[in-house]
Order: sequence, then C-alpha cells, then structure tokens
Amino acid sequence: MKITKTLVLVLSLCLMLVSFAHAGKDLDAVKSKGFIQAGVNGSVFGFGMPDEKGNWAGLDVDTARAIAAAIFGDASKVKFTPLSAQQRFTALQSGEIDVLTRNATQTLSRETQLGLNFVSVNYYDGQGFMISKKLGVKSATELDGATVCVLPGTTTEQNAADYFRTNKMSWKPVVIESTAELAKTFFAGRCDVLTSDASQLAGTRAIAANPKGYAILPEIISKEPLAPAVRHGDDQFRDIVDFSVLAMINAEELGITSKNVDMMLKSKNPVIQRFLGTSPGNGKSLGLDEKWAYNIIKQVGNYGEVFERNVGVNTTLGIERGLNALWTNGGLMYSPPFK
Amino acid sequence: MPESTAAKREQLKPPVSNVGIIGWLRTNLFSTWYNSLLTIAMLGILAWLVPPLFRWVFIDSLWNSSAEACRDIDGACWSVIPNNIRFIILGFFPEGQEWRPILAMILLLSLVIYSKERSRWKKSLAWLWLINLIIMGTLMYGGVLGMPVVETSQWSGLPLTFLLSFFGMIVAYPLGILLALGRRSEMPAIKTLCVVYIEMIRGVPLISLLFMSSIMFPLFLPEGVSIDKVLRALIAIILFTAAYIAEVVRGGLQAMPRGQYEAADSLGLPYKHTMRLVILPQALKIVIPPSVGVLLSVFKDTSLVVIIALYDVLKTTMVTLSNPKWAGYSSESYIFLALLYFVFCYAMSSYSRKLEKELHTGH
Amino acid sequence: MEQKQNPIPINTAETAVPFWRDAGKRALLFQIVALFVVGGISYYLFSNTQANLARQSIATGFGFWEKEASFEIGESLIRYSAADSYARALLVGALNTLKVAFIGIILTTILGSFVGVARLSSNWLVSKVAGSFIEVMQNIPVLLQLFFWYAIFYESFPSPRQALNPIKGVFFCNRGFIFAIPESHSAHVAMGGMFLVVLIGGWFLNRWGYKRQELTGKAFPAGRITTALALFLPLLVWAFYGAPTAMNVPELRGFNFQGGLTISPEFSALLLGLVLYTSAFVAEIVRAGIQSINRGQIEAAKAIALRPGQVLRLVIMPQALRVIIPPLTSQMLNLTKNSSLAVAIGYADFVAVANTTINQTGQAIEGVAMIMVVYLFFSLSTSVFMNWYNKRMALVER
Repeated sequence: MKITKTLVLVLSLCLMLVSFAHAGKDLDAVKSKGFIQAGVNGSVFGFGMPDEKGNWAGLDVDTARAIAAAIFGDASKVKFTPLSAQQRFTALQSGEIDVLTRNATQTLSRETQLGLNFVSVNYYDGQGFMISKKLGVKSATELDGATVCVLPGTTTEQNAADYFRTNKMSWKPVVIESTAELAKTFFAGRCDVLTSDASQLAGTRAIAANPKGYAILPEIISKEPLAPAVRHGDDQFRDIVDFSVLAMINAEELGITSKNVDMMLKSKNPVIQRFLGTSPGNGKSLGLDEKWAYNIIKQVGNYGEVFERNVGVNTTLGIERGLNALWTNGGLMYSPPFK
Repeated sequence: MPESTAAKREQLKPPVSNVGIIGWLRTNLFSTWYNSLLTIAMLGILAWLVPPLFRWVFIDSLWNSSAEACRDIDGACWSVIPNNIRFIILGFFPEGQEWRPILAMILLLSLVIYSKERSRWKKSLAWLWLINLIIMGTLMYGGVLGMPVVETSQWSGLPLTFLLSFFGMIVAYPLGILLALGRRSEMPAIKTLCVVYIEMIRGVPLISLLFMSSIMFPLFLPEGVSIDKVLRALIAIILFTAAYIAEVVRGGLQAMPRGQYEAADSLGLPYKHTMRLVILPQALKIVIPPSVGVLLSVFKDTSLVVIIALYDVLKTTMVTLSNPKWAGYSSESYIFLALLYFVFCYAMSSYSRKLEKELHTGH
Repeated sequence: MEQKQNPIPINTAETAVPFWRDAGKRALLFQIVALFVVGGISYYLFSNTQANLARQSIATGFGFWEKEASFEIGESLIRYSAADSYARALLVGALNTLKVAFIGIILTTILGSFVGVARLSSNWLVSKVAGSFIEVMQNIPVLLQLFFWYAIFYESFPSPRQALNPIKGVFFCNRGFIFAIPESHSAHVAMGGMFLVVLIGGWFLNRWGYKRQELTGKAFPAGRITTALALFLPLLVWAFYGAPTAMNVPELRGFNFQGGLTISPEFSALLLGLVLYTSAFVAEIVRAGIQSINRGQIEAAKAIALRPGQVLRLVIMPQALRVIIPPLTSQMLNLTKNSSLAVAIGYADFVAVANTTINQTGQAIEGVAMIMVVYLFFSLSTSVFMNWYNKRMALVER
C-alpha cells in the first residue's frame, strides 16, 4: 500500500531528527558532535535576541560563544535554541541543550530540585519599578492601588506579590507573556508601573518615545544573580563553563582586551603568562587546549568589552556597570586566581 | 400634464428609475423604506471609518524609510516591513543561503497550484508530491551538492509555517483515515480506542497539546534521548489534526450508501479490499472539500506555536517588534501579517468552495 | 462485514476452520494485539517518565494545591489574594474561562445570526459588507486578531485621569470600562429570587396553556403573561424593600478608579476577538440553515394563515435549527477552546493560571493534565447538553 510506504518513509525521516546523547559525559558528547547547543532567551534585547539578519547577539549569547571558543578554539561552534521561561529547565534536563545561558536567576530550589548547577554569575540584576514621571511618584512605597505590568512565569511575578504584601499595599497585575507586548502596553498607559529586572527596565526605557518621561524608582526589591547553568553529573564540563565566564572577568582585571591580547602574549608578567597559556598548565587541568583563554579573549573579548558592546552606556540600553563593575571598581565581578 | 404624457408615449422607453445605475440602486439599495434606512446607516458607518483609515494607510504613511523618520509622522510606518522582511519571512536561515527556502516555497506553491486541477489527480501526482517533498526537504536541510547543512532549529518564518501545516496535514491524513476506519470498525476494543482518542483530542485546545510537546515529551523519553523542538511541535500538530481528519473522513464513510458495502461483500472482497477498492476512493472524494477546510484551520492554528517559542512567521514578526528601533509599529506589522495569512487562507477557502460545487454529484 | 467474507466453504461443518481463517477469532486476536501494543507503549512512556522524574527529583502529585500560590491575579469572580492556595488560584482561572466562554457564546450567537441574516439580505450593500466581514474574520488566525484588538484597546483609550465620561457614572479609559452599579442590598437577592420563581411558574403556565389549547383549541397567551409578571413582580419586591437607590459610583482615587464595575481591556479584547472570529463561522452556519428550508414550507405556512411571527417560530425555526445546531455546537466548543489563547494577551484564564503554576512548581505533567481535564469537562458537558437538545429537536421530525 502506498500510504504505508509513505508513512514508513516519513517515519524514518523523522527518526533522523531524534538525537541520542550520552548522558553523564557531557563534555565528550559536546566534543564529538563538534558544537555546543546553548539555550538562550530569544526576545530580550542586549541579552539574547536575533538581529535583522537573524544573527544572535547579546551578553548571554557572547557567554555561550566564549564557552565554544574555550572548547573548540572557535567561537562560532555554537548553536542557539530560543527557549520560553517554561521550557528552559526541561530543555537542559532532557539534554536538548548543553548549557543554559538565558538570564536565569540562581536560586536554591533550582540548584537542588531541578538538578542544575549554576556557575559564576555573568550579570547581577535586581527587580525594580519604572513609572511615568507625570504621576509624580518618588518611591515604591507610594504605589498603593497601582496597576502593575509584569512578565509571567518568572521570579518577577512572585517578588512583586511579596513586595506589595509586605508593605500592605493593594495592586492589580497585568500579566503579558511577551516582553515587547508588555513594554508597549506600559507605554500606552495600560499600567502605572512596569516591574522587571533593572537591566530590562533600562532597556525598555531606552525604546520609549520620550525616555526622559520615565523614572526608575530607587527601590530594588530582589536579588537576581543571573548565571549560566549546566546539568548535574559532569563536573569537568561544569568547570569549563564556569571558568569561561571567569576568564572574561579575569581578563578585564588584567587589562587584556581582544585588541591587545596578541601583544600580551609576549608579556613578562607570570600571572598573564599563566592566564594566556604561554606558561602551560591551566589548559591541561581543564582538559582543554592551553590557548583556551586566549581564544575567548581574542574572539569574544573580556567581560568589559562584552558588557559595553551589548548593554553598556553607548548602546540603546545605556546601562551603567554598577554591581557588574569589577570588584576593584566597587562592583561584584570577582574572579579567583588562574593558577 | 399633457406634454410629458405625450413625450412618454412617443419614446416608449422603460422608466429611468428601473434601468441603469438608478435602477440598480433602486432594486439593490432602496427597494423599501427599511432598506433605504439600512443603506444610509451603512454608508454613514463607512464614511466615518474609511477616510481616516485611508489617510493613515496611504497619505500620512511612509513606505521605505529609516526608523527615525517614522517617529515624526502620524500615519502608518510601513517601513518596518521592507526593513525587516528578510527576518520576518526567513528567520534564522543563514545568510547567503536564502535562495534555498525561497526556492522550496516556490516549489511548494507551484505544486499546490498544479494540483488544483482535478484532471491531474492521478497516481503520478502523489509520486510528484513525494519527490517534491524530498527535494524541498533536501533544499532546506542541505548537506548534499555543496549546500551546507542547516539545522531544523534554524528553520523559521514562513517556511516553518508551511512545514508545520503541510507536513502536519500530509502525515495526519493517513493516520486520520485509520482512526476513522477504526471508529467505524465492529471490533469493540479498536472502536473504543479510536473513539476515546478522537473525542479526547477534539475536546482539548491545541495549546495544551503544544504545552505537552514542549514540556512533557522530554520526560516521556528515556534518559539521554531528545527530539528536535520543531519535530515535537509537529507531532503535537499531527496528533491534533489526525483527530479532526478522522471525523471528516468518517462523514464520508457514513455518506456511502449501504449498497456499496453490500455489493463489495457479495463479490467476496475481504475488508481490506472492500475499503481500498470500493469505499475509500468514493468516500475520500466526497471529503476533499472539508479536508481543505481542515488544512486551512491547521494553517491558521500553526500560529499558536508562538506560545511555545517556535519561530514561525508570527513569532519572527514579534521578535522584530521587540527590537527597540521598531517597537512602536505593531499595528503595521500585524496588518501585514494578516494580509499574508488572508491571501493564503482566502485562496484555500474559495478553492474548497469551488471543489464542493464541482464534486456535488449528489448521492 | 467481517463475518460474511469467508470463502465459500468447500467442506461442510465437520472440517474445523483454522483459526487464522476464522474472521471472529482473527478479529479477537487483532484486538488483543492492538490493546497490547497500546498498553505497551503507554507503559514504556510511563516508566520513562517515572525514571526521569525520579532522576531529576521533580515532585509529583497534587500536593501543591494546598500550598500558598503567592502570585496575584488581575481579575477574579471570587475573593482571591496572593496568600490563597494554588487550588483557589486555579478555581479563579477556571471561573474566568467560564465567564468569557459564557458571555462569548451568547454574543457570538446573536452577532452570528445577525450577520448570517444580513448576508442573505436583498440590500446589496448590507449583503456585501456582511460577506466581507465573514471572509476577513474567517481567514485571519484568531491569535493575530487578539494581538491586534488588544493593541487597539490600550492604545486608543486615554489614561484614567483623562477618562472619557459620556454619562454620569460611566468611564472609558485604558484601564477598561467602568460603570456605576447599585450598592449591594438584600433587595437585589430577593428580586433575583422572584425573577426565577416567575420563570419557573411561566414554564408550568406555558405547559398548561398548551394542554388547554390541545383540548379546547383556545390559545392562552402564557408567554406575554410571564413577560409582564417577570418585569412587574421583581419591581414590586424592590418597592417592598423600600426601593433602595444607592449606587456604587466609581471615582478616581490615587492611580485607579475605585468602586463600580470594571471590565478590563484584556477581557474586552479577548471577548471581542473570539466573538468576531467565531461569529463569522456562525454566520455561515445560520445562512446555510436558513437556505436549507424549502420555500414551499413558508408558502404553505402562509397559506394556512399563520402570522409572519408564527411562520418564523413554528415553521422556519424548528427546521432551520435542526440543520444549525450540530455545527453550532462545535463552534461554541471552538470558542471555549480558543479562549485558552487568553494567555497571550494577559487575561487570567485557566491556562494562564495553570501556566504560572507549572512555572512556579515545576510540575509540568500535573499542570498540562489539569488543563486537559478541565477543557475535556467543558467540552463533554457541552456536547452532552447539545446532544440532548439536538435529540429533542430531531424528535419533531416525522
């Protein structure tokens, strides 16, 4: 029967798309397939979003590229899977992706109950409120009775509920799935207040018709350490992901940029020599090429460069370094020694 | 008035009020006082709606400018479309390879147009479809003839919408026929299984199946095995569509007069042959128009994959709108998209109606 | 058919038919195999799921129902706050779904019938406008329509401080439509009770009137009497309670209007999108139903001197409804199922609440199962009701 034949053909075609990953040995699996599958947001400008040509850009995207550069010596050996808030952890657990770089907040329950390992934080964020200056509100404690725009499915929704409850204020949420729709509804005046991570508030304010008409209230109501995550089970892979993030931070601290990294190879400073692999050791310990850190910096850049390129003051988002400055500049970005 | 009476008698023409434009107006718009009132009310509404809309769409609008220029106008900023058309239509397909999905879509559309003529419905057409599907798949996936491989995760935009709807339909159809036969079967266990499946799927919204495919399928599979995201959504759409096709096909099977079954039985044909040679060829002919209807709704329903973060043509549009530069122009983008959907859906629905008329042989 | 397909037996009864040639036994075997395959696949998926859940230490069961939901819901028919349980949050969602489906079904039936009749109008303009309405609405995905209407709602209405105030106590702004409603008073409950009593009494009155007409041939105006009583008696009750006229008038306090009744833009957009989309399909159904009636029927009815109203009520409607009801039922169900798209525009329906629940608890299986069960319940109960109604209508057929 023709139908049967077609069905068999179709089914076999489908089977080609089913992939069998070897759980437990994530690094081996990644190495043998020749690229990293990274889960990203897909619609947050500056963190993970495709541009007009469909090329991925953002802080999280660059973090994933850095991991690819460390493992393969080539930052382009990475493929991106856009995930919704709902899908992100399942996708990581089931092996659909190798690493999650999707502005996910590190929490205790996610580490333990979901079987994930968060690595070093690549962006320190906190939830804040944005409001139209016309309303004359100076502090979040004056928000009693307000209508609040909020994204569903994240810690944001819960934080807002907690905040209003602790301060005994009434409020009405307007809950919309897409970031873009949410921003539009806010600007149109559907809500008095927009609450989200401060970085996203800045990004949203930047796209307003009159950015000066909106103020971000001083209260930050939550801690949101956003970090890449991997599955439990392969500590070596976890270390590589962790130190890829840290390498970018360390490079900034050492003053190594993508422009001067070639020059730095000749540096006499033993710390820099160890970092860039001119005096070997680090690469071998991680199971990587000795040039791994050099490749990250050369192809992706140090943390400062990545930050300024994607979200910094000269971009549409215009975010100050703040908490994300190096510890030497009063921020929280701190890397253990590379030795 | 004697003069006018005389004039009328000489000309012997029908009264002006019954012919020409005035006559048409009278019979079609102002036949009774109540109809006149309706006409005037309707004209009033149109006069209130159309001119400002026309101004917004055509006069105050910009058609191909930068985003900055759009900030100063009152009309529509259509520029959002030409500036982002590549991403809206093709999504993540790698640069320099755009010709592949475009060629695949042209192939698909010309095949659809070719298949419209009933005189071409032969066995060879099925083979033509099969060959073409393989060609289209190869074009999209690559890996041969020097075409670099493009992962399914990069299939997005309009090709993905087509893939989900057409492929979903093609796979769901045989499944739907089996389900319909099962539901009409005399074996109680088979019948119960099919009835439960069909009624269950038809009772739940597609979105719940899509949720299932996106967050539950991974849990169904053994450790370490994962299915491609697009394929998972496709499975959900197939499972959903099959139940609807089963009901359409069942309608066709029920419309077959009993004599057909009895005649086949009296020839000693076994069940398999009764169905394949006698019943299905006739029943499937009847159900072609409603099947086109199912395809139409699948095509519209694929837009729901937005909710599980697949980049179909609606999602690529929304991504475009979350780019700060173009964030304010959602009406324009949605209207463009609505037009796009309308063109395809209208073509399908009018084709379905035409077929229905042609095939109405009356049993 | 299966039983009749045996090849003509060459030998008579004494030769046993091998079991693979016995249609009955073969069917049995086939069914057992089919059940076995389905059961096997289910067991395989189930055991995989069990293993995965255990490995990822994901909690199972519905224990989360009693936990504190700790998220707020925008609109609710019952009292709800973030301190309530998940079970209550889900109930709020289910009620919101019912609310939009119920109102949507009523409006869709009205608008759909109206457009369907307009499509058949002899007025060219009206018929064409109705025709293009049907084509446009049917051929654009409902999700896209929802996005579009929602954008219209919040973009074109002013902020609460500049709210439009056409009549006293009525406000239009981007927070929704806000109306003054009567202050709650025990009189209202009594009025509602009286209304119900009149309706039930009217039903019995109607039956009695019908019987009397059968016996004596005299018509009894039961419908008119019931209508009059339904209007008059609740008013009497209201006067009896001292005619309370206090109104709960909305006023702008702080950020928003307080008091009165608010219809949110999310609800309005969802309702509008669903009603417009579905009514286009209903219009086609109604048109087909009316067209299915033989002209002779109407002429015959007129010939026996029935008034136009009676022709419609006694001749056209019973026949047209028989054609209309089955497809109409499936459109009503479609509307209910499509209301699940509320999640995309921020109306807190069942799917939206369940979605948030899944995110917070990580229990995807329970969440999706709940969604399916709730919609299955809605669907099955509607079709049971409609089948009953359909059977009643079909019995009229001779």
